[in-house]
Amino acid sequence: MSVIEIMFWFLSVLALGAAVMVVASKSPVYSILFLILTFFAISGHYILLNAQFLAIVNIIVYAGAIMVLFLFVVMLMNLNAESEPHQKNKWLLYIGGISGGSLLLVMVAALKKVAATNQLVQMNNGEVGLIKNLGIKLFTDYVFPFEISSVLFLSAMIGAVVISKKEG
Amino acid sequence: MLLSIGLPLIIEKLVLIVVVVMSSLVIAMYATFAERKVAAIMQDRRGPNRAGPFGLLQPLADGLKLFFKEEIIPNLSSKLLFILGPCLAMLTAMMTGAVIPWGDKVHFFGRDISLQIADVNIGILYVFGVVSLGVYGIMIGSWASNNKFSLMGGLRAASQIISYELAMGIALIALLMTTGTLSLKEIVQQQQEHWYSWNIIKQPLGFLIFLICAFAECNRTPFDLPEAENELIGGYHTEYSSMKLGFFLFAEYINMFLSSSVMVSLFFGGYDIPFVNDASLAESIGTNWVALIHTAVFLFKAACFLFLFMWVRWTIPRFRYDQLMNLGWKILIPLALINMLATGAFILLQQNNWHF
Repeated sequence: MSVIEIMFWFLSVLALGAAVMVVASKSPVYSILFLILTFFAISGHYILLNAQFLAIVNIIVYAGAIMVLFLFVVMLMNLNAESEPHQKNKWLLYIGGISGGSLLLVMVAALKKVAATNQLVQMNNGEVGLIKNLGIKLFTDYVFPFEISSVLFLSAMIGAVVISKKEG
Repeated sequence: MLLSIGLPLIIEKLVLIVVVVMSSLVIAMYATFAERKVAAIMQDRRGPNRAGPFGLLQPLADGLKLFFKEEIIPNLSSKLLFILGPCLAMLTAMMTGAVIPWGDKVHFFGRDISLQIADVNIGILYVFGVVSLGVYGIMIGSWASNNKFSLMGGLRAASQIISYELAMGIALIALLMTTGTLSLKEIVQQQQEHWYSWNIIKQPLGFLIFLICAFAECNRTPFDLPEAENELIGGYHTEYSSMKLGFFLFAEYINMFLSSSVMVSLFFGGYDIPFVNDASLAESIGTNWVALIHTAVFLFKAACFLFLFMWVRWTIPRFRYDQLMNLGWKILIPLALINMLATGAFILLQQNNWHF
């Protein structure tokens, strides 16, 4: 195995293992810490794919800002296993299982079309992930979706301000 | 190509990493000493003067004392996270040093060795990412202490750092619009030509916002609410003792030194020697000597910033919490946005040869 393959397997195992631990760990604080670890592993994958900008933005936005707020809220509420209400509705379990299973089915169906190659993943080719090329792409080919998503963010911001004004 | 690197490069980078880490630690050690001396001068005292000549061995004595203290882990805390907290604080403090260009290059054994550990093309975003991770050490440590006052300190730290990160990021955007690159090495090289090509001339307001935010990110006075001793006992490190407490305190000084270094390379020309043409100097005394002078100049500039940090600490009282939030959200962010828009308009006009 080459160095890149070893790194790919290491990061994959880390990402999947940490993701399982997010669901499995009892304390919500540990769940969040494992989620942060998952984000780091995914950022590692981005770097292997030569998408440095995406990797660092993933860390700044998700690990650095959103997860800090998650941790903030969970620490303030001091959740633990004893205070959590026991879920009695069996139907919720079945519905959750069915919808999760159908999502898995859709993903497997989508992956079947991909041509099977011997290579695990195409590593380190393509320059579009570098910040200069990404910026040019975003502001020429994809300028309309880019602007639409900025309108979406703006409306979310205004919504947040309105909600906080109503409560205060 | 990624990972197709030779042995000499690995050795060269390893040596550089060890040197940078060691010198950051030593500088941070003597920053604690300098802090006490500066405080003493401002309060008309003598300061530490017993250990060694002029008290120069005082930081060693302090470290030794911390090592010999009893290590206490609270019974009802999660032990792993309690230990992880100070480790993360130290780790994130040290990580910034990797992208700072400490000097141009030296020439040894027939190789040109760049005095920067990693010249990644997202350099300044890396610094920003590490800064945004810096709060985890404090938050995890404070939560794991299982103490109300610690938790309050941790929450204060988190909300403060998130609030000031926004203004810092927007101030950086304005700077990046003028430089057109994210690599710290290139930003420094652009500032080499004249003393008036330093970015402080182009972005004075941006620098002021960045400086205030750097104070807030380092939890220094007037922003040291997470460890306000008259409200929160010791803040986030109330339950810590021995070297784990030392790590928290020490991480603050490393953060101070490295954020000074970032400010020097972004706004004050990095290793540029003012009023001197570096290329002709290199021809007359050789590359290695110029590199030495460069590093010395860089460290001198960073030391000036360290002094500013200390000066402010012993001059300005702490903010009230609502004042802190008002300053962050209602003054700094609008100012940074105006600065960004003005910079953008200026650059557009310049590209358009001053026609509307």
